[in-house]
Amino acid sequence: MSFLVNLALGLLFGIGLVISGMANPAKVVNFLDLFGTWDPSLAFVMGGAVIVAFTGYRLVLTRERPIMGSSFHLPNRSDIDAQVIAGPAIFGIGWGLGGFCPGPALTALGLGATGTLAFVPAMILGMWAARLLAENRAQVRAV
Amino acid sequence: MIGLSAVLLMLWEGRIAGISGIAGRLLPPYRDGAFLSRFGFVIGLIAAPLAIAVATGEAVQQTVSSNIPLMIAAGLLVGFGSVWGNGCTSGHGVCGLSRLSVRSIVATGVFMATAFVTVFFVRHVIGG
Repeated sequence: MSFLVNLALGLLFGIGLVISGMANPAKVVNFLDLFGTWDPSLAFVMGGAVIVAFTGYRLVLTRERPIMGSSFHLPNRSDIDAQVIAGPAIFGIGWGLGGFCPGPALTALGLGATGTLAFVPAMILGMWAARLLAENRAQVRAV
Repeated sequence: MIGLSAVLLMLWEGRIAGISGIAGRLLPPYRDGAFLSRFGFVIGLIAAPLAIAVATGEAVQQTVSSNIPLMIAAGLLVGFGSVWGNGCTSGHGVCGLSRLSVRSIVATGVFMATAFVTVFFVRHVIGG
């Protein structure tokens, strides 16, 4: 059941990405090209998503708990460490090079372009490496 | 639709719709029992362009670089960076900004900045 609901939500998210043009790297790179062929339309896509989520989260979080599960899993950290600077810095470089961030890359997998087929396995590998490294560091600290 | 999906995921499971968090936990080790949910979300994402093609009868247009080494390098950077920084465009950019998280505001500023600089460098310094 949860699988099906998540599948529907992934589908909704993906359709939003495709319709907005976020899943088209050429459009994304134009959005990122401030000093050339700048196409600001994706800023409105992100802005729109933030406004909807900002309002919706406020409504949902008045509940005691989600429909499934006993509590909301919310990140509650507010410290600024090296990781939250270095990670996004590395991510931004890759985003600028390939024109894909993680969601659109997965959605674009359905279209099967050669570049996407090279990008996604590399991305999953990079994610896995970062996760193992982060967990390793956490364990070292705990000892 | 992106925002709505994020809100509904919070209502249903109480989780953040961060794609890097969802995709990064598809490979082992598994720490919680949410694998099947995450797998479902990813299948939905991948099926989206097919659903649109079926609904409209038109193929989805996109242009992807076919420079394979470049795309592999970009994929490694995006994958590593998004998990290392605990979030990407969806987790920090949409969900985090919506919750006014200081970490997410900083993270979003940083990845937008390095992406702008990268595109500027590739297109205007090296020449696309």
